Amino acid sequence: MTNTKYAFENRRYILSGAVILVVIVFIVRLFYLQVIENEYKAWADSNAFLKKTLYPSRGMIYDRNDKLLVFNQQAYDVMLIMREIKPFDTLDFCNTVGITKELFIKRIADIKNRRLNPGYSSYVPQVFMNQLSAQDYGVLQEKLYKFPGFYIQNRTIREYEYPYAAHVLGNIGQVNKRDIEQNSYYVQGDNSGRSGIERSYEEVLRGEKGVEILIRDAHGRIKGKYEDGKYDVAPASGKNLTLSLDMDLQAYGEKLMQNKLGSIVMIEPSTGEVLCMVSTPTYDPNMLVGRQRGRNHTLLESDPLKPLFDRAIMASYPPGSTFKPAMGLIFLQEEVITPETMYSCGHGYPVLGGKPACHGHFSPLNLVPAIATSCNAFFCWGLRDMIDSRKRYPSVQEGFDVWRDHMLNMGYGRPLGLDLPGEKGGSIPTSKMYDKFYKGRWSSSTIISIAIGQGEVLATPLQICNLATTIANRGYFYTPHVVKLIEDGQLDSVYTKRRYSTIDAKHYAYLAEGMRSAVTGGTCRRAALPDISVCGKTGTSENPHGKDHSIFMGFAPYENPQVAISVLVENAGFGATYAVPIAKLMLQKYLYGKIQDSDQYLEESIINMPILPRNVL
Amino acid sequence: MYYRKTSIWGTIDWLIVLLYIVMVSAGWLSICGASYEYDNISLFNPSGRPGSQLIWIGLSFLIIFVILMLDADFYSVFGYLIYGAVILLLIATIFLAPDIKGSRSWLVIGSLRIQPAEFAKFATALALAKFMGSYGFKLGTFKNFGLCLGIIFFPMLCILLQKETGSALVYLAFFLVLYREGMSGYILLAGISAVVFFVVGLKYSDVMVGVTPLGELLVLCLIQAGALLLTAIVVVRQRPNLQMKILLGGITAAVYLAAYIVSLFIPVNFALVSMGLIGISCCYLVFLSVKQWVGHYVMIALFALLSIGFLYSVDYVFDEVLEPHQQMRIKVSLGLEDDPSGAGYNVNQSIIAIGSGGLTGKGFLNGTQTKLKYVPEQDTDFIFCTVGEEQGFTGSTVVLLLFTVLIIRLIMLSEKQKTIFGRIYGYCVASIFFFHLLINIGMVIGITPVIGIPLPFFSYGGSSLWGFTILLFVFLRIDATRKER
Repeated sequence: MTNTKYAFENRRYILSGAVILVVIVFIVRLFYLQVIENEYKAWADSNAFLKKTLYPSRGMIYDRNDKLLVFNQQAYDVMLIMREIKPFDTLDFCNTVGITKELFIKRIADIKNRRLNPGYSSYVPQVFMNQLSAQDYGVLQEKLYKFPGFYIQNRTIREYEYPYAAHVLGNIGQVNKRDIEQNSYYVQGDNSGRSGIERSYEEVLRGEKGVEILIRDAHGRIKGKYEDGKYDVAPASGKNLTLSLDMDLQAYGEKLMQNKLGSIVMIEPSTGEVLCMVSTPTYDPNMLVGRQRGRNHTLLESDPLKPLFDRAIMASYPPGSTFKPAMGLIFLQEEVITPETMYSCGHGYPVLGGKPACHGHFSPLNLVPAIATSCNAFFCWGLRDMIDSRKRYPSVQEGFDVWRDHMLNMGYGRPLGLDLPGEKGGSIPTSKMYDKFYKGRWSSSTIISIAIGQGEVLATPLQICNLATTIANRGYFYTPHVVKLIEDGQLDSVYTKRRYSTIDAKHYAYLAEGMRSAVTGGTCRRAALPDISVCGKTGTSENPHGKDHSIFMGFAPYENPQVAISVLVENAGFGATYAVPIAKLMLQKYLYGKIQDSDQYLEESIINMPILPRNVL
Repeated sequence: MYYRKTSIWGTIDWLIVLLYIVMVSAGWLSICGASYEYDNISLFNPSGRPGSQLIWIGLSFLIIFVILMLDADFYSVFGYLIYGAVILLLIATIFLAPDIKGSRSWLVIGSLRIQPAEFAKFATALALAKFMGSYGFKLGTFKNFGLCLGIIFFPMLCILLQKETGSALVYLAFFLVLYREGMSGYILLAGISAVVFFVVGLKYSDVMVGVTPLGELLVLCLIQAGALLLTAIVVVRQRPNLQMKILLGGITAAVYLAAYIVSLFIPVNFALVSMGLIGISCCYLVFLSVKQWVGHYVMIALFALLSIGFLYSVDYVFDEVLEPHQQMRIKVSLGLEDDPSGAGYNVNQSIIAIGSGGLTGKGFLNGTQTKLKYVPEQDTDFIFCTVGEEQGFTGSTVVLLLFTVLIIRLIMLSEKQKTIFGRIYGYCVASIFFFHLLINIGMVIGITPVIGIPLPFFSYGGSSLWGFTILLFVFLRIDATRKER
């Protein structure tokens, strides 16, 4: 018995051991929860702190004459706090905001669905409807007292003063999943620039979001600011932008190009500033704002004429004869020709039996008249004398590569670096490409169409205009850009540095002279203006899509160029027929500020002339 | 009357008094942290919780003074009377108490609300100590054991009828006392095993490994391990028999190996293999017990067989006996259900609050989770959250160690008692504190199911503070007589 009693006394150790064991288990668990696992801290913070984002106002956009183009407009979101709702006249409400009762019921269900709306709390305002129109807002505001629990929250949306320049200005839309993954600045529901200036200057325009840290209790009720707002960050408003665009000019260009496919690009040669950049068909930028954005976007996307496609920078065309000045420059630089070198033309390129063909003009002729008359044979001869000459280059490939290098340096073959998204680079073929095509056996004759800007050579209207700019400047250009000034900021230095091509400046004078005589007595006499010495070059771009594209490239005045221009009208025929008169009107508009009386009829007939693909007409 | 050679202040256990003062103060600070609102700074306002807790604490010291002034024999002499009075009060409470949050455990007298259940622990401890400490008492007889159970279960039943399941479960703590006083370890083992098997079996009830239900297999392995361990202990005590150990262990290993090899070719339900092994072992044990006339072997066999029976009735009990909200609470506590906004909300928020405290905590009154009322019942049952969030791992550990020292000290003092009455009463006090610590902190840190019982000296509330104060200081008064005479 004493033995058992003794054993019972020993049970104190078992009991004490149990106490110590339990406490050790607790301490280990606490160590895990409090020291090892870190997620609880963040969890607690997300519980208690409501980080309310303060949205900055987006920067406004002005044109070069300080006309306001894009600004922010009040929009109204209908919010509701589920817990505060009391029975009300649902039908009246639905009619006021213009929805059906079914939609109302569905919307309420969606808000309450935590799968769709993970942050749902019946104490916290939820978005019931986005961007109510001002009219609906007015009516609802008056009746709001009848609908307890519903509130109106102001928001801003973009508004465009003019229905023009949609491609340049671009638009904003809600960020998608990829944007959020790539840039931690954005959260679901944020807007960001989707195209145009809005996209390329997104970081300048958007400003920086601010944050207000509020304390929220278990019921989602706000209990005040955390530490009296010590950690709050005020939002920084977006910077305003001043574009180099002249809105009047842009509007006029769009008017001239209505019912036509094509583009007009005008650049100020002394700065590289884009004065207008028309691409038609176009659309009213206000279409892609607010609640209608999604529907309209789909509509525009499905339009066979592709109004969303910015032809000025995204479409690549054979530059046709507008390419010839570039060819001439290379010939001079490589000393294939001198300004006096004469080539013969017999209604075509004699070497290949009169192909490509040419039109009636005197023969033989040197560079300046060859540009003025747009002689095909001259440039074919030049290409032949350049790349087929084994005295100059050991092989045709090397000769061609020299040619290609010059082209790239003049701005062809690669995007120029315009400050808009989506710019294409056109195409300059490589010798490797031809080696592949022709199994290494080729000469100027094989690829002769590139001499006259056809075949494998492609350029965007912007690149065509850029050549005119370079010739106007007699040897250099600035990277074209549409933003002239950033409020409190500096333009990227690439837009303020001269870019010289690999062609010596002295050679440009001959091309300028050639383009001047094309207007005074050559292919584009119709571009001539009194008082102003217009220089130009027509182009007729053969293409597989139908009638030739009509192209004009030029600058004015000859002496101290103020503006360079390229006009391209798809499937309109000869360059002289449409592109030249449009350019003439545009130059007048910019240089005179008005259209001279004698051209009133021309203006009217251009505006009213539809040139559209057959299946659309 | 005896003459007091030394005053009570000289003989009282000052370590426990000190622990008491530290814990009550820490508890009050925690209540301040839990009740603190951004717009309400007055901690001493008697209408607020910190203010009223301060009043309860003040009155506690008055109670302590009265307890210490009374003669130690008062408690053993009036033990039954006090018990009887409290039982009457408990019964009256069932009928008189208004429904407060689903429980009928509060007696409302004017503006005062008293929870008799908190005082019943003290009364039951006194009665049990008096009964078991009576001359010639032996726990071994059925009559005595039955009466002990009666003393324990009667108030427990009353409290269950008041719908205070948590407070009722506390009475299970008395089984630790019975164990110390000689109750068979098998009963305690069976009880603990039942809980463990229930929890493990349920937690893994839906997990299958091949054709083997994991929950069953785990419990069966536990049973087997338990049976083998017990057999080994008994064998060592009775007659060292290496051969038998090798036989039992070897056969077990061999059968599992064989089953594993077979399972490579055809699916084998290891649970059935394990059950078969247990069956064979039981037969062998019964055979041994008859041969060697050792009763323990039968007990072990019985334990194993009953465990198996229990295991297979768990599902039945769980689905048919427990209420849905109890099922949910148990499931959430075991991590079977993840429902942060529903039943698991309390535990989830409590773990977030504690976890966010880090190593050193956010500082006094700086806890965001507790201050913003994310944790329900944060100043009563979930008061430990405030400690965890504001004082961090260091503070929480200090609180746990305070309780450990208190309980171990109570056990030590109990063993030193000259009277059986004193020893049993002391063990009752230690066991009750231990049970509260185990369930309350286990619940708050997500180890045990959510059973609403307070953390002694920390949770807000006069009844619970006074209940624990009386419980503790009556023992200190009894203990003080050790040196008096």
